Amino acid sequence: MVATRAVGFGLPVAMLAAWLLARKRFPGRMVLDVVTHMPVVLPPVVTGWLLLLLFGVRGPVGAWLYQAFGVRLVFTTAGASLACAVMVFPLMLRAIRQSLDAADPGLEQAARSLGAGSWDRLTSITLPLAAPGILVGAITGFAASLGEFGAVITFAASIPGKTETLPLAIYAALQVPGGEAVAARLSLVSIALAVIGLGAAEMLGRRLRARVGL
Amino acid sequence: MTFSVALRHDFPGLALNIDFSAPASGITVLFGRSGCGKTSVVLAVAGLLAADRCRVAIGDRVLTDTAEKIFVAPENRRVGLVFQDARLFPHMNVATNLRYGERRAPADATSAIGFDEIVELLGLSKLLGRRPHSLSGGERQRVAIGRALLSRPRLLAMDEPLASLDAERRAEILPYLLRLRRTLDLPILYVTHALDEAARLADTLVLIRAGRVLEAGRPADLLWRADLPFARRDEAAAVLDGTVASHHPARQLSGIEAGGHVFLVPSLDAPLGTKVRLRIPAREVILAATEPTGISVHNVIEGVVRSIVEDPARHAAMVEVALDGEGLLARITPDAVARLGLVPGRPVLALVKSMAIEVFSR
Repeated sequence: MVATRAVGFGLPVAMLAAWLLARKRFPGRMVLDVVTHMPVVLPPVVTGWLLLLLFGVRGPVGAWLYQAFGVRLVFTTAGASLACAVMVFPLMLRAIRQSLDAADPGLEQAARSLGAGSWDRLTSITLPLAAPGILVGAITGFAASLGEFGAVITFAASIPGKTETLPLAIYAALQVPGGEAVAARLSLVSIALAVIGLGAAEMLGRRLRARVGL
Repeated sequence: MTFSVALRHDFPGLALNIDFSAPASGITVLFGRSGCGKTSVVLAVAGLLAADRCRVAIGDRVLTDTAEKIFVAPENRRVGLVFQDARLFPHMNVATNLRYGERRAPADATSAIGFDEIVELLGLSKLLGRRPHSLSGGERQRVAIGRALLSRPRLLAMDEPLASLDAERRAEILPYLLRLRRTLDLPILYVTHALDEAARLADTLVLIRAGRVLEAGRPADLLWRADLPFARRDEAAAVLDGTVASHHPARQLSGIEAGGHVFLVPSLDAPLGTKVRLRIPAREVILAATEPTGISVHNVIEGVVRSIVEDPARHAAMVEVALDGEGLLARITPDAVARLGLVPGRPVLALVKSMAIEVFSR
């Protein structure tokens, strides 16, 4: 649930950012590049804390959201999704951007000379060519979301059935005497999900790439 | 109707100042070395280069005029582009690639030619279901040409379409290009640095050097000039446009009337009156003061020396021999020039082997 939402929110943004970074030259491109890759190198707890500062009920964005829409992100499922989305964002971005970089912008030029407007070019050429990357990005993003720990626990805490992700549950189980059995079962689930996710990403990606002949 | 381009743009290291107009039918070849600004002309015509100052018009349809602030967006100007790399869409098969431009062409665009005709003309029927990555370079280029034509362009612009192909593939495509020229009433702008392509295809030849137009005109007028860079090349050759005038089956020869003379060439399989182009390499032309006897050469052509330009790098002299309206180019030694006493204005005989004459259909 948390992972699905994370990918649902994160993917369109990642697509936009990937397209901007791959195709456009604009002031602040470097900054965007660095900021979007921050969550990879920052300790997750730091990312979570920054989110808390920004989206907390008294944070600049969080306060506005709370007052305008009555939306509270901290310690909610939505908040956990947000934390996951931010953490796996660079993963998705990378996958999409790689496939955009591999797609020749000359093809868009060719489409243009054949009478295709900008939206037409995006849907008929750019997106289909980036599809393998987008799909791989979504799947790896989903799998990674399932395993998010540091940022989620900092920003959304660990509330069973609400903001508790797999690793949080495993961690919680280990804190309880005799919880090893539960932890082992959850770990197996976690491993299975990871293997299935990565396998699916690899297979689908390969099939799509073969289809577009890359 | 004419097609005209005037373009000024400052690139780092190259000041582009190109101005030419050509008949809006037939093939206009932009000829020059790589980096001389030919591709920029194509991009400007297609609207993909924002030049400092630029005017592009086909007939009375103005596509770009920076002075009048006219700029038709690339997707609306209907200039068909063929790139050096075919740029076929890899996620579509050949038929879908071909239809891409056709589906986006304005409904009111009059089209002389439809899908089936293009497929027939370019020999694509066996390729329709294939994916671009499974095609050979020559096949890809044919599909790219077909795709551009089906978008119902006002002009077809081709940027070195054969440059990435080997000699065999190029020879395979050239006849298709000439077929397009004969069949379609469509101006074609063709960029190349290969002299043989230019000599074969051009109706109008625009010679570009370092961002400027050095000379423009009919190939039959330009290619026998000893003062142009063409003459410095190994393969320097005059071209003459003519018609098939006679057949001599017993002698296995055909006669071609060009430049006020009849040239005998190996038998041609073409009806009388067929338009052809002759290409006569400068190094294959022998000059003589008196008519030789007992010699295998069939063509002894009377002409007048127009000018002589020395080519010190080769220890050679390029001699322009004027015929009726057109002319030949001969590469001989400076010693031969002295022995024969060749000076401008002097009559001379040009000896051309039948076997040395290349005949191209038009």
